[in-house]
Amino acid sequence: MDAAIETDVAIVGAGPIGLFAVFELGLLDLKAHLVDILDRPGGQLTELYPEKPIYDIPGLPMVLGQELADRLMEQIKPFGAQFHLSQMASALEKLPDGRWKLSTDAGTEIVAKVIVIAAGGGSFVPKRPPIAGIEAYEGKSVYYAVRKMDAFKDKHVLIAGGGDSALDWTINLAPIAKSLTLVHHRDGFRAAQHSVNQMRALVDEGKVKFHVASVKALHGADGQLEAVTLADADKTERRHETDAFLPFFGLTIKLGPIAEFGLNLHENLIAVDTAKFESATPGVFAIGDINSYPGKLKLILSGFHEAALMAQAAFHICKPNEKLRFQYTTSSSSLQKKLGVA
Amino acid sequence: MKIVAIDRKGESHTLEGRDGWSVMEILRDAGLPIAAECGGACACATCHVYVEGGWFEKLPPRSDAEIDMLDMALAVEPNSRLSCQIVCKPELDGITLTIAPE
Repeated sequence: MDAAIETDVAIVGAGPIGLFAVFELGLLDLKAHLVDILDRPGGQLTELYPEKPIYDIPGLPMVLGQELADRLMEQIKPFGAQFHLSQMASALEKLPDGRWKLSTDAGTEIVAKVIVIAAGGGSFVPKRPPIAGIEAYEGKSVYYAVRKMDAFKDKHVLIAGGGDSALDWTINLAPIAKSLTLVHHRDGFRAAQHSVNQMRALVDEGKVKFHVASVKALHGADGQLEAVTLADADKTERRHETDAFLPFFGLTIKLGPIAEFGLNLHENLIAVDTAKFESATPGVFAIGDINSYPGKLKLILSGFHEAALMAQAAFHICKPNEKLRFQYTTSSSSLQKKLGVA
Repeated sequence: MKIVAIDRKGESHTLEGRDGWSVMEILRDAGLPIAAECGGACACATCHVYVEGGWFEKLPPRSDAEIDMLDMALAVEPNSRLSCQIVCKPELDGITLTIAPE
């Protein structure tokens, strides 16, 4: 494993609030590293509603989710924050020297003077179908992602879903699987049209079987599937032999390991004060949807405010011997130099 | 108007709807366990409900966006709807729905 990264601030979550925190910290010369489970910055903006309009960002009468993420990335560019994407923040540990070590499930270790939790509702993880006992099969014969295609070579594979992932993997695994069956609750798909066409061609050639059906039960032993119960549109149930089952229903938000960080969560939220947005654990801040305080509104604009006040407090922890001089970007030549405009 | 919502334990809750608000907002504000992650933008399928007892037919049909988004919902049934897409109005007084499994 590489040596731990050392920085001023480690931010959990690269959504809009985590991104704007980089800006506010950067103006105070504090360096930041961000960790996010998604493969790109933006959080809910880019994962949930990239094409939906937002009307309550001050100064932007209308902005699309993706556009706001792009603009925030542009705004924080001068500060060179480092992103650790496709990684879940998995553990937080206090070091003897008073700093914190944030670890990820990919083995990254970040040692920072300040931790900022900007994790929204938690981590985006695959939706798990409500089928009794499915946990026992996960990672052995039920998969929510394909890591190695070879794992499905000469296997009977069952895919469920109607989005891009379901269709892409139907198309990609059909040539190597012994058989490939796709089930979906309707004979229609939200996936890209060319993928739908390709899938339908494979069905016509007899290389893929498609049924309007849903998976009701799993049968097997020791995590290895033998068959599933399929319910057809008319509710008729039948047994379908399969070696592997891949449900693709997109992502949902689960709190995840943050619950184990020792931060005294209440109803999945971190209580903070409203002067610094610091949790009950000194040096650990929480901003955006993950925090709670009297009067809290889950709005992006509230998170921006919280980021600004957090940064002031983080400065005093990171640079205890320096005096913080409050300045405006409009008039301060030193801030403008940091922003690369002067 | 009243909304009768059946939670995942089978318990029934009678809620006061508000004209023009989405059923999702009423369920959420009543503290019922509905994630509604995207806040009502028809973008996440986590406000999935089953509309019961003839009420399904009385609703305006699903939009293309809702039909598409239901592809990301779990355990979809013929009476599945996304509650963020059902708007409260007096004609729906008594509408009964069950919150879909997580």
